[in-house]
Amino acid sequence: MHEWALAEAVVESVLEAIKKEGFTSVKEVDISLGELQDIELEIFEFALKKLMKKEDIFRHTKINLRVEKTLFRCRACGNEWGLRETKDIDKDIREAIHFLPELSHSFIRCPKCGSPDFEVVKGRGVSIDSIRGEIDGSED
Amino acid sequence: MDPRTSVIGKRLEKVKRIIAVSGGKGGVGKSVISSLLALALSESGKKVGLLDLDLSSPSDHIILGVKNLYPEEEYGIIPPEFQGIRFMSITLFAKDEPTPLRGGDVSNAIRELLCITRWEDLDFLIIDMPPGIGDELFEAIELLKRCEFILVTIPSRVAFETVKKLALILREIKSPIIGVIENMKRGENDFIPKECERLNLDYLGSVRFDEKLEDSIGDSEKIKESKVFEDILRISRFLMEGQRDLSRCT
Repeated sequence: MHEWALAEAVVESVLEAIKKEGFTSVKEVDISLGELQDIELEIFEFALKKLMKKEDIFRHTKINLRVEKTLFRCRACGNEWGLRETKDIDKDIREAIHFLPELSHSFIRCPKCGSPDFEVVKGRGVSIDSIRGEIDGSED
Repeated sequence: MDPRTSVIGKRLEKVKRIIAVSGGKGGVGKSVISSLLALALSESGKKVGLLDLDLSSPSDHIILGVKNLYPEEEYGIIPPEFQGIRFMSITLFAKDEPTPLRGGDVSNAIRELLCITRWEDLDFLIIDMPPGIGDELFEAIELLKRCEFILVTIPSRVAFETVKKLALILREIKSPIIGVIENMKRGENDFIPKECERLNLDYLGSVRFDEKLEDSIGDSEKIKESKVFEDILRISRFLMEGQRDLSRCT
């Protein structure tokens, strides 16, 4: 249920952002979930909705979830590859990376040159792409 | 927008004091001091957490002999308990695999760990900091607003030079420094206490060099019988009672 912790972070973060902007209601929140972190979509969405229910400001909020494909880039040879091209990722390794995506550096190697020195260009973890809200009835 | 930082304060709201054990220089015994300090505070009846933030060479689990511990998932990660200490380290997930991380990955991993770990009621959260005045230090300062620092040195001008720089930086950014622990002390030498006095840093006490300590590594019961633990236990009283240990000041 580690998805709950991440959903809680999203809700806290949105609340923080709308306070700054002075929104009186939140219409839509776009969230991307990195393929690498392998978040259980249903649990995450359920947690988000449950947590948002506690705040009146989210009464009419639409949540848009998008899974972002992971792209790795090797710093040694410049090769780019996706998660599906990585081999030997068993259940235990997947779970370790699920908790801490940076552990991909412990278990994944560049398929071309074997280097552990790569960057996760995209599709790492949870991020909030945009928040649309209203300030006393006028959309922003 | 990174949502993780917004929830970190909430994850630590039940922790009374957050103490980072740092020193800048590698090999001065930060991990031994951190682990034994957690053990000493726990022995004294305090609720203690130990977070090993040395992501590339974590060692608290080796010092204390933590084995087969798995984090429990419950609305996040509950740090497992070892000898009364709530323990969190990258090794709980990475096991014995190396963790070759660059700066950006280090910051990401620290944010993730702090975001998902649910620390319960604690009197003290001891953080074992890695060497260096870099990413881990600034992440800790930025994310753990209430973090206080204990600086570890050995009786060496070389090691203290880095402690001095670290102290200057911490003062500049107004991070509280509890004081300095002089580790691996051999014989009579007042260089560190005098330097601390000159720099207006509290000298918390010294920890004797114990050549038998290596034989106790991995056995927390044996560690408790060591001279090192005896000294750290004395220093830990300062943290609990606010009384500075001056018994070993020379």
